[in-house]
Amino acid sequence: MADNLETTVAFWYLAIAAVGAGALMLVARNPVHSAISLVIVIFHVAGLFVILGAGFLAVAQIAIYAGAIVVLFLFTLMMLDMRRLPEERVTHRQIWLGIPLGILLAVEGVVVSIGTPEISESIKGAFPPATVSDLGGSTQALAVALFNEFTLPFLGASVLLTAATIGAIVLARRVEAHEQADFPQAASGSATNDTAAQADAAEPVLEESAR
Amino acid sequence: MMLNGFLVVGALLFALGATGVLIRRNAIVMLMCIELMLQGANVTLAAFSRYLDDQAGFVLVVFSLTVAAAEVAIGLAILVALSRVYPVVNVDQLDSLSG
Repeated sequence: MADNLETTVAFWYLAIAAVGAGALMLVARNPVHSAISLVIVIFHVAGLFVILGAGFLAVAQIAIYAGAIVVLFLFTLMMLDMRRLPEERVTHRQIWLGIPLGILLAVEGVVVSIGTPEISESIKGAFPPATVSDLGGSTQALAVALFNEFTLPFLGASVLLTAATIGAIVLARRVEAHEQADFPQAASGSATNDTAAQADAAEPVLEESAR
Repeated sequence: MMLNGFLVVGALLFALGATGVLIRRNAIVMLMCIELMLQGANVTLAAFSRYLDDQAGFVLVVFSLTVAAAEVAIGLAILVALSRVYPVVNVDQLDSLSG
């Protein structure tokens, strides 16, 4: 990739838009607006992947993140019905520690990133641009690495996904009445009267949506 | 050299995500901020992979996507299960274990 004018302009647009949408995500009071900002970040990061010559990753990013993960977020937001829940407080004591720490982390990260030394030829890997184009493109080069050097982690990822799927089904399944008797604390528990009353109000709605 | 630019974007996205986890109290938004941190890490991995002429970083991004999907599925399932008992998403109110 030559660092020509078009690439530079595209990089600056994508970088500023991604970071700006990320900041918008933090300040949005409505969680749905945060989810939309996350989609914007994801699309611009996918654009950065295209600049880096990883078209497959850009497509996978859009399909998995924007197509599956954010949709899952939005489904959960609809299921939990945020309007009935108490409003998130705008200020609380953690903000006064969280914002300075975040700024410190950002400054630290930027300083370290700017100070990266030039890359010498001796530490370069086995896939220079010539080899990548010989293999037929960046997707083929990724496949060569994934199915030779990283076969075992790839299989491990499939096991992880299976475990996550089973775990999500078990966790989100409706607890039957006779099973609920095993957890008397969970039903009444130490919730305040306010939240307990809300639990009673919410219970029929949740039961109905689960059917 | 544009590598530094990509690293700065990755660092800023990661810092924004970390700040969000610290300052937001809505559990779903906190999960989204963790996704933002993963995005920052992905940008850094892909940038190093590209400029070091190595495919390992791109492969790690694929695994990072897998882990992100698994994490969100489990995290949101926990929230849905939790909402049946306590209908709150504000993590400050989920303090039954803090004594």
